[in-house]
Amino acid sequence: MRYLPKSDPVRQRMLREIGIENVDELFAHIPEYCRLTRALDIPTGRSEPEIIDFFRHCAALNAAGYTSFLGAGSYYHYRPSLIDNLISRGEWFTAYTPYQPEISQGTLQAVFEFQTLVCQLTAMDVANASMYDGSTAMTEAVLMAIRVTGKSDILVARSVHPHYRETLVTNTHHRGFPVTEIPFQPDGQIDGSRLEQAITSNTAAVVVQSPNFFGSIEDWKTLAHLAHSKNALLIAVITDPVSLGLLAPPAEADIVAMEIQGFGIPTSFGGPYAGVIASKERYLRSLPGRLAGEARDSEGRRGFVLTLSTREQHIRREKATSNICTNQALCALMATIFMSVYGRRGLRELAQQNLAKASYAAGEFQRQGMEVLFPAPRFHEFVVRLPRTAAGYQPRLTQHHMIGGLPLHRYYPELGETALFCVTEAVSRARIDEMVQLYSGQSQPSLNESALAGARQE
Amino acid sequence: MSTTPRAARHIVQNEELLFEISEPGKAAYQLPELDVPPANVAALGERARSDIAGFPELSEIEIIRHFTRLSTWNYGVDTGLYPLGSCTMKYNPRVNEFVARLDAIAGAHPLQPEELSQGALRIMDLLSQYLLEICGMDAITLQPAAGAQGELTGILLIRAALQARGNARRLVLIPDSAHGTNPATAAIAGYEIAKLSSNAQGTVDMASLDRLMTDQVAALMLTNPNTLGIFEEDIHRIADLVHQRGGFLYMDGANMNALVGRARPGDFGVDVMHLNLHKTFSTPHGGGGPGSGPVAVKAELEPFLPTPVLTRRPNGALTLEEDRPHSIGRMRAFAGSFGMLVRALAYIMANGSDGLKQTTEDAVLNANYIRTRLKDVYALSYDTPTMHECVFSDKLQARKADVHTGDIAKRLIDYGFHPYTVSFPLIAPGAMMIEPTESASKRELDEFIAALRAIAQEVDTEPETVKTAPHTTRVSRMDEVAAARKPRLRWTED
Amino acid sequence: MSDYPSSYRFTRDHEWIAVEGAKGKIGITSYAQSELGDVVYVELPKVGDAVTAGASFGTVESVKAVSEIFSPVTGTVTEINAHLNNAPETLNQDPHGEGWLIKVSLNDPAEVEKLLSAEDYQTFISSQQH
Repeated sequence: MRYLPKSDPVRQRMLREIGIENVDELFAHIPEYCRLTRALDIPTGRSEPEIIDFFRHCAALNAAGYTSFLGAGSYYHYRPSLIDNLISRGEWFTAYTPYQPEISQGTLQAVFEFQTLVCQLTAMDVANASMYDGSTAMTEAVLMAIRVTGKSDILVARSVHPHYRETLVTNTHHRGFPVTEIPFQPDGQIDGSRLEQAITSNTAAVVVQSPNFFGSIEDWKTLAHLAHSKNALLIAVITDPVSLGLLAPPAEADIVAMEIQGFGIPTSFGGPYAGVIASKERYLRSLPGRLAGEARDSEGRRGFVLTLSTREQHIRREKATSNICTNQALCALMATIFMSVYGRRGLRELAQQNLAKASYAAGEFQRQGMEVLFPAPRFHEFVVRLPRTAAGYQPRLTQHHMIGGLPLHRYYPELGETALFCVTEAVSRARIDEMVQLYSGQSQPSLNESALAGARQE
Repeated sequence: MSTTPRAARHIVQNEELLFEISEPGKAAYQLPELDVPPANVAALGERARSDIAGFPELSEIEIIRHFTRLSTWNYGVDTGLYPLGSCTMKYNPRVNEFVARLDAIAGAHPLQPEELSQGALRIMDLLSQYLLEICGMDAITLQPAAGAQGELTGILLIRAALQARGNARRLVLIPDSAHGTNPATAAIAGYEIAKLSSNAQGTVDMASLDRLMTDQVAALMLTNPNTLGIFEEDIHRIADLVHQRGGFLYMDGANMNALVGRARPGDFGVDVMHLNLHKTFSTPHGGGGPGSGPVAVKAELEPFLPTPVLTRRPNGALTLEEDRPHSIGRMRAFAGSFGMLVRALAYIMANGSDGLKQTTEDAVLNANYIRTRLKDVYALSYDTPTMHECVFSDKLQARKADVHTGDIAKRLIDYGFHPYTVSFPLIAPGAMMIEPTESASKRELDEFIAALRAIAQEVDTEPETVKTAPHTTRVSRMDEVAAARKPRLRWTED
Repeated sequence: MSDYPSSYRFTRDHEWIAVEGAKGKIGITSYAQSELGDVVYVELPKVGDAVTAGASFGTVESVKAVSEIFSPVTGTVTEINAHLNNAPETLNQDPHGEGWLIKVSLNDPAEVEKLLSAEDYQTFISSQQH
């Protein structure tokens, strides 16, 4: 086996030094009834070209080389070539958690930089070293708010990503924390008066995403005022960090839970991504996840260490702030490199291009007489009402190597036949025009195609 | 044995923070020219920001040098032996990285239509089959983002199954040798923890188990082999006892690298287990994540698996099924850390059944070789036979010269090695937990053994050298007390 | 080497209490702080909170450990040592004096009688040392 740095004669020598004849003796204390006495039913080892062929074959069964109008929590932004080049250094990707600061200063400084960048971007005081993803970061933020306030009711906007809301429910219902959904208004924003009615002195957290799942931008100031009037915390959820290049940061919120995939992490069929939680300084002790802090060594030189780790599971065990052990260091590093590349001006320009492309696409739909829902200001996503079943368009789009908007029926049956479109800087005007045409009926799908799509829906 | 010491000297450069090398007007980006009318930013009004104060401005070469210089301050598996016990720091094959970056794999969108995702689903399906065969289990979810989330998934599955029987019960039993994630997980799943003491051999004490395993206990969370590297010889009696009293046996699969191809948890009574793909199946640790923690279960727990569940349609097409009435629900957005699944599958394919078994044997051989060659200078915490890791204690060194496990670990750095795991498991005072994995050659092991023997001598002759180590790194020991008293968690301009 | 004031009473969990009438001042012992190492953070209850004899009312943290603090008596918190927020090291420097944690009003001053004297406590900790 090519990964194993030993020859058989060396194995024999080592066995002799241990004082045994046969490798089976090393497993002798496994009771006989536990031993596997046959070979695993897995083919024998494959060569590198065979492995590559297999995955190329799989890749060919996936959409390859398509233009995609999907967003909904996973975004296509250009990934600068520096990212994969830099993170492919073994010192980055084959290291583990920086428990030994003297030989982990690279990771530790990068984490400290990441924390700083996230604070600058979100207008929060502290940020952790990252978490699994946006959905779990939001859940952890809610559990944090419950600890901070000592209250247990959670209000969550229905316009928060459906997967995030489901994740929240999985993690809270067995502990008896009630989760109530707050509806959205016809303009796309959260229904403020319904929120005002629902909020009580038992409310621990108000959870709102902006831009929300439909792409609409929420008003942090008003929401914070409402939440704080009942001593509840406002949790701001952000699914595409690129939006913060242009949009006002949620400075009035208490906790920010953000997915950072949009910062140079591949969409990769759903992961690995990374989430992050940032908050006001006063909640630091309740913040879950790893933290890097500045320190001095015995000769006074600056360095970084993992700090405040007494909040974590390996010390506090069942009393920890969270059971989370790892963060998503390599994904956070990708995001740190991405933020370094775009920087202060580039991120703004990038966000402006996203806004421009999406506005253009939404305008083109309207020009074709189609309804774009939710008139409140948007970023790079928008919802279009469709005359036929949303999935019915895909066969025609497939012929054009395109993936259309996300059919919303499964998530929001109340919206009827609608689809969520995301248009980033990565899509050209020509492809936008082509897509809008395919949807607007200027090139009608044939009857056969509609029937086919219907069958697929079953 | 080599006469050249592993550690040598080389240029190491200092590097400031990104913010300190930033200067207004520099840029590393250039966007394509906008081919649509410019955005109407003014229409956003107060919803727009005017600036991101403090955000850096750098050129491309500076960014390359910055992250390259930082990387040279790290130690990785690629650098050398990384015997961090319980973490399984094995080689991360390059072909894994290559295939995970193929366009239609790295660029697949999690919500793209099923008919355009069959390749990704096939990768998940094949990996599921292989992992089930390796574990001897019936069904699996690939969704959990890491081991700890796998644990939580597993305990929630048990909770749901018990609830379906009528009573979710109140307690989870956890041995005192367990990882901290186990009690933290059980608490988050809404259970109280009952601690199970280990016996003199470092394994589960059957009498205590018999006493504590009441009809209020939902599960026993067991790591097998345990954190001392010891296989629980009584595993069948343990499983029977737990099952007879209506509980479930959860296995933390952190140490599966000792079992693959040699024993299957499903065959010794485990009901639910998680795997750490970043340990046993070679996905890179990435400086602390991402991990991936699939959870395998016996048939009884299958209805409760988190959504979505990978199934086949009548026409043979693979699909991610959402409509699962008994499911515990979704553990996270989308279907899993797919990029990690790709890498794990590539690893299993490269090894095959033959390579996986050889890997296990080599991992156990390496740990036992270290144990044999060091037990005359360092005290073994337990004399019981061990598998893929061995745990020594600093007892002799602490008594002789007040030198502790943390000091010996730091001194190992000067010899060119990453330290072992320090002070864990908690039941072994002064623990030095060594897991060489299969990726160490005999030559490297001999160098490592020689280093630890040399340090043992230094403890006799020059203990101060050990106590103040490391002496060869870019920075010396950090003042963690001051860092924790006045936390400085972000850069600010002052 | 540390003085264990003879007017104080002690618990086997290593807390002390100095009682004056129906009021008490509570801290952790010198032995406890030396076992814990450098204290980096102290988490205390709020004024007005109830404390119960034998139950935890806060935590003391070092870099690598967290210890709960158990109240020697039942009562109500009347004052906390806010100085510890900025200077947790006081707990190491003067555990029986400036490093006190909370003041309480006692529900039942007779409860104190059940606690260890300075002499008994010192005997107790010498039996703990290994």
